[in-house]
Amino acid sequence: MVDVRPYRREQPGNHPPYLYPDYASTVKRAPTRRLIRLEQTLTEVTGPVFTGGWTGPAIADLTRAGAGEPIGERIIIAGRVLDEDGNPVPGTLLELWQANAAGRYFHDGDRHDAPLDPNFTGKGHVITDGDGAYRFLTVKPGAYPWRNTYNAWRPQHLHFSVFGPAFATRLVTQMYFPGDPLLPLDPIFNSTADETARRRLVSIYDPALSEAEYALGYRFDIVLRGRAATPMER
Amino acid sequence: MKRMPTASQTVGPFFHVGLARPDLADLTRGGRAQGEPIVILGQVRDGDGAPVPDAMLEIWQANAAGKYAHPEDRQAKPDDANFVGFGRAFTDKEGRYRFTTVRPGAVPGRGNALQAPHIAVTLFARGLLKHLFTRLYFADLVQANEADPVLSGIEDAAARRSLLAEKVNGAPATYRFDLVLQGEGETAFFEV
Repeated sequence: MVDVRPYRREQPGNHPPYLYPDYASTVKRAPTRRLIRLEQTLTEVTGPVFTGGWTGPAIADLTRAGAGEPIGERIIIAGRVLDEDGNPVPGTLLELWQANAAGRYFHDGDRHDAPLDPNFTGKGHVITDGDGAYRFLTVKPGAYPWRNTYNAWRPQHLHFSVFGPAFATRLVTQMYFPGDPLLPLDPIFNSTADETARRRLVSIYDPALSEAEYALGYRFDIVLRGRAATPMER
Repeated sequence: MKRMPTASQTVGPFFHVGLARPDLADLTRGGRAQGEPIVILGQVRDGDGAPVPDAMLEIWQANAAGKYAHPEDRQAKPDDANFVGFGRAFTDKEGRYRFTTVRPGAVPGRGNALQAPHIAVTLFARGLLKHLFTRLYFADLVQANEADPVLSGIEDAAARRSLLAEKVNGAPATYRFDLVLQGEGETAFFEV
């Protein structure tokens, strides 16, 4: 018999629903059947381990992608990956992608009429340290239009992908900036029903993280599911 | 103090920028992993039956001996230093993806039950505010599938069938596993 310590079930309202018509792309892509409740097994409480270098050399400084400096406002984004109980999640892969300062992605599919920056690709990845901490240096991404509705603009944001200790803890999210006037209008941001959960997607300006004469600092902690209290749920 | 988990947000259409990493669709590392090489391929379709060209699949599986490369798998089975067990692939313009891997061994389930060999699959895409979990089982392992606690717990026959990858080619063994996001033939997705 294999003793499995499952992860806590996700709480309603904490995550967005699959169907959210204000975000038009969900309409034909959201499953219509109710999800089947799966009791976690060894398959779900295990997941990739990021030792041995198979993820390639870390890219924590996104301003070194080209021969020169990218255009834009330099920012530092730092924080910790934690679980619900506040325990650090060390040694996990954190991947980041974003538009450049003009609001354009280094991607063939991005047709926004804004300049590409030869010195900026907008990709980074690190493995969290023993404290679950990470730090990136990059430039602040620009807002950009999208065709969800007429004259719709995405707020400035960065995409984060994080694994955590198990396949069950996998998370992809977006980080926003405080005071962005586009936030109340953005259906992707607003798809999360719980106001506190939404607020947690907004980074915090942290003067202690800023570097004088160089870059502004924003703090963004990521919280993953924690373990259920007892080995057998229910 | 208990903290609220960070909410999921969609990967959007441009995830390739940050998530493309060389060779992640070949879990065998160029054939160095132990076990029988197999190919998993398929197509992702939406509620109109249209291909989904901006999706990402990740898979997680045990090695050929039925052991996960993870500290919480304490089974007395051989490890394989050349097998991480994790793969990632993007769909192309026709919504198609492809993995090369090795056939997973069986792993234990809850209690004393043995699970049929399977691969855990997560699906990310523009239009998915949160990723979807499913499982791939091998349609030709009829007896093992019948005894599998997860599969046999699904009452709807069509939902059960949606988790079975059909063998479409012999050498190497190639299995087709399509994912249908909604409507006719909708894939069974799990709340994990």
